Amino acid sequence: MSKVIEGLRYADSHEWVKVEGDIATVGITDYAQHALGDIVYVDMPEVGDEVSQGEEFGAVESVKAASDLISPVSGEVVEVNEALEDEPGLVNKDAFSAWIMKVKLSDASELDSLLEAAAYEKLCEE
Amino acid sequence: MEEKLIKTCLHDRHVKQGAQMSPFGGFDMPIQYVGITEEHNAVRHEVGVFDVSHMGEVRVKGPEAYKYVSHIFVNDVTGAPDGQIFYGMMCLENGGTVDDLLVYKVNDEEYFLVINAANIDKDVAWIMKNAEGFDVTVTNESDKYGEVAVQGPKAEETVEKVLGIPVKDIAFYNFKTFQIDGEEVIVSRTGYTGEDGFEIYGSHEYIIKVWDKLMEAGVQACGLGCRDTLRFEVGLPLYGDELSEEISPIEASLSMFVKLDKLEFIGKEALAKQKAEGVKRRIVGLELEGNAIPRHGYPVEVNGEVIGEITTGYRSISTGKSVAMAMVNKPYDKLGTEVEVRIRKKTFPAKVVKKRFYDKNYKK
Repeated sequence: MSKVIEGLRYADSHEWVKVEGDIATVGITDYAQHALGDIVYVDMPEVGDEVSQGEEFGAVESVKAASDLISPVSGEVVEVNEALEDEPGLVNKDAFSAWIMKVKLSDASELDSLLEAAAYEKLCEE
Repeated sequence: MEEKLIKTCLHDRHVKQGAQMSPFGGFDMPIQYVGITEEHNAVRHEVGVFDVSHMGEVRVKGPEAYKYVSHIFVNDVTGAPDGQIFYGMMCLENGGTVDDLLVYKVNDEEYFLVINAANIDKDVAWIMKNAEGFDVTVTNESDKYGEVAVQGPKAEETVEKVLGIPVKDIAFYNFKTFQIDGEEVIVSRTGYTGEDGFEIYGSHEYIIKVWDKLMEAGVQACGLGCRDTLRFEVGLPLYGDELSEEISPIEASLSMFVKLDKLEFIGKEALAKQKAEGVKRRIVGLELEGNAIPRHGYPVEVNGEVIGEITTGYRSISTGKSVAMAMVNKPYDKLGTEVEVRIRKKTFPAKVVKKRFYDKNYKK
């Protein structure tokens, strides 16, 4: 069974969001890392890039294939997880601590369109 | 309408073992069991077993079998001892590749052809059609055989000890037919991984027994995921990526298997012309700077102009480098040529290198 954490918000494209003030931390879910298999590269945005909800902001690559990362929020990228450059496998080890980017939210109301833990868990079971 | 996927004789085993299954060549095949990296490393350093029952088998028999096989096959089987195997292609008149295959010489009047799963129907039709006028009978035996590939430095020891088949004396690209449990079992020293290994063909019942014995002995089950990373690292082509009806063996940089000194074969004229005049494009190896991973279909550019396309690319599991095979236009095929690979929104510098990214460890 894949792990889902209470209190986070989820996109149906399998990204998680943790909001602290106006900063959203974004990663991919345990379900996603499991489906992808061994992750060997995370293509991250650059600090200062603008990302938009529902649009691609990078990619996560397993041995076999590349999967687009879809941003669950809009705003400016203020930090990326540089540890993933050398150790992309951290995402497989613990998808919820291996965050990918931090975004300064430009529209906090977008968060309302994201799923709560229970609804996301249900989506994964389908 | 969705086509119904074919199940190999080992399908139940894969599902029970929790393999991730996916369609390949019309079959429902295991992609991985525990992870591509782990399975890949098992084959490079120990031993692993693949279900390759999806491969097709065609038997050509009759007084003109030698003449006929020479007619459809670009490699030259002339003078070979019984029990030898040849790799090569069947080509169209225009030089495009119908399929790449192994030809097992049973004797001058009998050959056993092993073809790609996705091409079975097309190949059988092609083989039958071109057999007209030759005194041979062609039989599609694909449904009759199950097949496993036992690959890795410990393959010989595993086949001898776990399966009790004496294979020590089988030379590279040779095979023997054994009588086991009252049936014929074909064992060849071949594979698609760049490591020593064997391919075993037998009835579905026999192959299931072989699989179970190997599992009991703790041999790593390997899926098509690592089959692709392994063959790629040693520069072996995959039909559909590096070869197709639009790609000739010369363009695929496999001209060493095209024997133009043979009297005749289908496609000879076109391939001879390509070899003499040169081709406009060719498969090469690329090594990228940095960590981005080139994938099938990504454009290869020089000064912003597209000059080719990635055919297969990976972060090599054995070397850690981002490498690819690519079809590039001349003159960008020369070793050391600097190109760029477009990956999503950015381009990454790359260099043309030999398409063998990892040295083969065959036991010859």
